[in-house]
Amino acid sequence: MRRNFWLAMVTASMIAVSIAIFGVFLLLSVNVGQVMQNIAGNVEIAVFLEDRADTNSVLSAIKGLSGVAEYTFVSREQGLLDFGQTLGEKDLFLVLAGENNPLPNMFRVRTLDATLVPAMADALRKVRGVEAVDYGEDLVAQLLNMTRWLNSMFLAISLFLGLGAMLLIVTIIRLSVMARQEEIGVMKYLGASNWYIRLPFILEGATMGLLGSLIATLSLGAVYFRLTSNLQNGVLPFLFRPVTEVAALWPIFAFLLLLGFFLGIIGSLLSVRKYLREVRRTA
Amino acid sequence: MIEFVEVTKQYPGSKVPALNNVSLQIQRGEFVFLVGSSGAGKSTMLRLLFREYLPSSGNILFLGRDSAKMRPRELLKHRRRIGMVFQDFRLLKQKTVFENVAFALEVVGRSPQEIRLEVPIALAEVGLLDRAKAFPGELSGGEQQRVGIARAIVRKPTIILADEPTGNVDPENAWQLMELFTQINRTGTTVIIATHASDVVDRLRKRVIALEKGRIVRDEKRGVYGYES
Repeated sequence: MRRNFWLAMVTASMIAVSIAIFGVFLLLSVNVGQVMQNIAGNVEIAVFLEDRADTNSVLSAIKGLSGVAEYTFVSREQGLLDFGQTLGEKDLFLVLAGENNPLPNMFRVRTLDATLVPAMADALRKVRGVEAVDYGEDLVAQLLNMTRWLNSMFLAISLFLGLGAMLLIVTIIRLSVMARQEEIGVMKYLGASNWYIRLPFILEGATMGLLGSLIATLSLGAVYFRLTSNLQNGVLPFLFRPVTEVAALWPIFAFLLLLGFFLGIIGSLLSVRKYLREVRRTA
Repeated sequence: MIEFVEVTKQYPGSKVPALNNVSLQIQRGEFVFLVGSSGAGKSTMLRLLFREYLPSSGNILFLGRDSAKMRPRELLKHRRRIGMVFQDFRLLKQKTVFENVAFALEVVGRSPQEIRLEVPIALAEVGLLDRAKAFPGELSGGEQQRVGIARAIVRKPTIILADEPTGNVDPENAWQLMELFTQINRTGTTVIIATHASDVVDRLRKRVIALEKGRIVRDEKRGVYGYES
């Protein structure tokens, strides 16, 4: 280990880079997930009532459904005002007030979870007195799709990077194994057990892995919190706030640390394997 | 103690077997020379004895136990009963004489106290106690081989296997080394030496097993080298 100090340092920093990139993807994934959840969680189901519907019976039907987070009743008059307001002119539709109002009474319903929306919409359609239900089907479906797609992409890239880091460790520990090939040969002739021979290399790998991932998590953590605290104070709307809760983040950093550690161990096991293989009849 | 039963060893990619249908017995405490030209199968025989290789066919028995059937733990025990001596010494250059000998004890997990006790005894036996702090590079070939022998005997093995131990050593030192081997043999250790040193073999009159093209052509209790050299 002492002799290969700089080589070990290079390995550790390469591991650090791989793990850091992996960490960036993990954090991105978590944040994308959060944004998606925010957006999807804000999807409202608009429940339009028939002209002569009994508002109270529809209300009790909505209360009876499970998964409803909140609901509000919007009368046709209120609806007209809201509509005007969204177009920037509160009094725009005043002429349509009263008997001429084309809008129906409606409920806005929010679900506890975005994935519940389609089923909920179906259930609401069946309620007596409901004329139509609308929730932006396409938007929700697209968001869910996109999240799924992004996650599998992150997973694929992460696997790829992990494999790269592992190959790196294997290569570099193999160098150090090769540098000590003579010693390993002598050990074998002196009747050393395979674990006795392996142990120093495993320690070396584990140290490099842990050191690398420690550097990676520390710098990643520093950068991330710096970045998010800037964003938090800033202009981003609620929907795009980054994840900053420690409870959500510490598993990621712990995972990265463990990952480096185990990559180091597995890498060194793979590197020595060739030199410890027992003879076979045909060998 | 050691029995070869119709042992054939064929290396992959070679047409002629390195050992061809060899059967022999070696008793505990014997002193055996393996002689024969290069490639006759001497080294192969030593490697089979160490169970570095398994025979392609036939069986090798140690104390009645088939070498092919040894489980990993048993194999380790088997190898730890053997002291190996090499033509090129195989000492670790960055370790001192003392450390090289101590290494044989370290790798099998002996305690530092034991090491402090046993290493000087082994070094005294080969007459190198005063060079304990030297590095292999500072020693002559003969001295280096004596370190190799000290390393082989420090664990008090039941068998010593030596592959051309005097091959890189001048004749006078070769004699001293052989003297050492006979001394070790006198304490009851089985010694098996593959060698080209005809004069030594002729003078010592020990058991000689002559190999030619992988077959035993001669096996005499008090034999001579018997080749032009």
